[in-house]
Amino acid sequence: MSDELKPDALLDRIDYTPAAGSWMDSTVQIMPGMYCYAAKAESVETLGLPNARTWNPLEDDWKLPENWQEIIHNAIKERLEKFRTFKVFMDICVRCGACADKCHFFLGTGDPKNMPVLRAELLRSVYRNDFTKAAQILKMIPGGEKLSGGRPMTLDVLKEWWYYFFQCTECRRCSVFCPYGIDTAEITIMAREIFNLLGLNIDWIATPVSNCYKTGNHLGIQPHAFKDMLEFFAEDIEEITGVNVEPQFNKKGADILFITPSGDVFADPGTYTCQGYLILFKYLKDKYGLDVTWSTYASEGGNFGFFTSHETMKRLNSKMYAEARRLGVKWILGGECGHMWRVIHQYMDTMNGPADFLEEPVNPITGTKFENAKSTKMVHITEFTADLIKHGKLELDKSRNANRIMTFHDSCNTSRGMGLLEEPRYVIQNVCDNFFEMPPNTIREQTFCCGSGSGLNAGENIELRMAGGLPRANAVKYVHEKFGVNTLGTICAIDRAALSTLMEYWVPEVQVYGIHELVGNALILPGEKERETDLRLEPLPGMEDEDE
Amino acid sequence: MNQKYMLPLAGVFLLFLLAYAGVEGAGLQWFFGIVIPYLAVIAFIWGFVNRVMGWASSAVPFRIPTTCGQQKSLPWIKQNCIDNPDKASGVFIRMLLEIFLFRSLFRNTKAAFNRDENNRLTYSWEIFLWVGALAFHYGFLVVLIRHLRFFMEPVPASLAFLEYVDGIVQIGLPGIFLSGLVLLAAALFLLARRIFDVKVSYISLAADYFPLFLIIGIAATGIAMRYFTKVDITGVKEFTMGLVTFHPVIPPGVGGLFYAHVLMVSVLFAYFPVSKLMHAGGIFLSPTRNMANNTRAKRHVNPWNYAVDVHTYEQYEDHFRDKMIEAGLPVDKEE
Repeated sequence: MSDELKPDALLDRIDYTPAAGSWMDSTVQIMPGMYCYAAKAESVETLGLPNARTWNPLEDDWKLPENWQEIIHNAIKERLEKFRTFKVFMDICVRCGACADKCHFFLGTGDPKNMPVLRAELLRSVYRNDFTKAAQILKMIPGGEKLSGGRPMTLDVLKEWWYYFFQCTECRRCSVFCPYGIDTAEITIMAREIFNLLGLNIDWIATPVSNCYKTGNHLGIQPHAFKDMLEFFAEDIEEITGVNVEPQFNKKGADILFITPSGDVFADPGTYTCQGYLILFKYLKDKYGLDVTWSTYASEGGNFGFFTSHETMKRLNSKMYAEARRLGVKWILGGECGHMWRVIHQYMDTMNGPADFLEEPVNPITGTKFENAKSTKMVHITEFTADLIKHGKLELDKSRNANRIMTFHDSCNTSRGMGLLEEPRYVIQNVCDNFFEMPPNTIREQTFCCGSGSGLNAGENIELRMAGGLPRANAVKYVHEKFGVNTLGTICAIDRAALSTLMEYWVPEVQVYGIHELVGNALILPGEKERETDLRLEPLPGMEDEDE
Repeated sequence: MNQKYMLPLAGVFLLFLLAYAGVEGAGLQWFFGIVIPYLAVIAFIWGFVNRVMGWASSAVPFRIPTTCGQQKSLPWIKQNCIDNPDKASGVFIRMLLEIFLFRSLFRNTKAAFNRDENNRLTYSWEIFLWVGALAFHYGFLVVLIRHLRFFMEPVPASLAFLEYVDGIVQIGLPGIFLSGLVLLAAALFLLARRIFDVKVSYISLAADYFPLFLIIGIAATGIAMRYFTKVDITGVKEFTMGLVTFHPVIPPGVGGLFYAHVLMVSVLFAYFPVSKLMHAGGIFLSPTRNMANNTRAKRHVNPWNYAVDVHTYEQYEDHFRDKMIEAGLPVDKEE
């Protein structure tokens, strides 16, 4: 698709003026390049989720269960009672429009139904029709139905829901600006729960979820292969540094269990971030005797269950605590990931806690108590590394990153669902000299999504992804032109994959790096040889000549 | 003509005429002056309490504040205690700022895309909605408080002081109350925005125009009575004191315009709980704003948390045991 739609053509289409007429009257056109393929029946079956079947969003017949309207009605009713967010957010929107131009998908497509308020209204209109007194009173007056702003649940409405709730990455940027804190992510989450009751998930979510459940990670990497992959990285690292970093697996009695998204294990450039972790753990083991283990069972930090339903999220997440308990570690360390950290920070302890079998996390090297994680007992790796650097426990050679002119992309989930803003910046500034921020409206709590979050980083919806990523790319392009930025730092596995594609499309001169890749480059391992290349096997600054 | 706003406009006109004609023509003062206001107040209180209780009865399964600043983490990293509070005190301040100063709306920006050689997306600070909203709400609040003088005898000194401040700009007689004019101007601004801003117009429903027209009608009739038709103020006070002391009276010499004002206010009250106006109550219960971001430090309990099917390590090892042993991975059971 990206071959067909050139950036210029995409930019030409952007127009923020909605068409005339009422949004309720138009029927949805599901456009290729903008939607993801339907979930495979077998993936839906793995988790025993209902209505597994083969279906195609482009066909008229979605093969829904006969009572699908009743299922939706009951599902909404149940969720109104179970989630105050949902109930309040259905009721209190005044349609002031403050959120309208805050969504990256709206800014990139100009499609008015990508305004967060209208995305929510898609569902709210049915809620009003089915559940509010005002609509029920108005319905008694002739023509009153139109005044109520409600509409009945029809197949067209369902298709429109499906199309647009899979054009929301649950990034929460709109909720920063909403005067009542209405969070479209909550509404999208409810809509997707409803889709799953009808067997309407997308495959890019359903299959990773199925793999994760059975095999432990999204790609379905089996235990021996997982070990092979990390050992392969160890070989690469040995070639570069002369040190064997010896990753440990499923080790009982280790100090710390480390869990990161499996994207770091199989997809460039996350693999280099993964090598950064391996180098850090080796350094800590040799210098301070810290014992870190990986797990093949809990080998996925990411949780596409979060994009399926609360229940599925809990089922996948359960492995983290289960494995920590089985291995008898003191606490858990989590790698760089966005939604993984939203789940850990705001959901894990509630769903699968209390983690009373773990210790309150203390960094044994610095003595720092991670007070902010004392109940959940899981620490973010940039919190951990920032603490080590602050206490002077890492020997770093910044000059190895001297050719990296950096900017930093705050991930939606860690910024708006956690507030992890300074930790990664502190790490970056200690491993790299050249750091420039993007414009303030595009970073920190106002950061723009990569356009591919919440399970939308598939191949078939590339047009949607490139449009949705435009605001992010546009800000990167700005610092690229102004300061010569050539490196976009991230702390998210989906970002590392998605932003690479996005940069190739919009700002090809910029490469995407995980923060711990930079740490891995800078960290001086005990007994290492003189490095000539960085982890990407490209010559280090000052070594270019010797390479020729 | 757009029926999304023409119908609500017509509806408000109809209300006006109904009361005016009902009083002037049919002499239904008792109905518009006594029955309707009492019913409206009952509907308001019952509806408001019901709505809030309805929200409060829904569970809060997860602690999911929207964080708008640095979290509390390492001791040397400065936390943003208000936009990312980890304590009740920070949440309290965050809520105060939200409720009284519309802090989130204050952040509002306007995005623009310039299709030229740079193709730049730009974001500029957009303060007008915030100013308009603040003027509207505070104008309304002062008007509302000022009206308490009709329901109290004697009028407390604090109210008299408020009137003094509100009437600080003196042009002719009777003295001008700024609040009423601010309210009317702000409501007209918000209406103009709804009609002429294409995006806002596109998302607006009849339910967005109706309360605006109603409030504009209330403000306009109020202003007309005070400055132009010079309503019999002693008669009005006699009437309102009658309502509030449950000894309703219909004073002579108070005309249709007043009852039109009262009907529109009554409709606003009755309409309030079944409409978006409930944002006034909802903001207090919005979980993305009223919760502390300390979920990792302090466990939040989900009242309906239930056990789920999981894929256990034992099942996993049973599935992969041979491969694990072959790869030299430790296993719990050798066979």
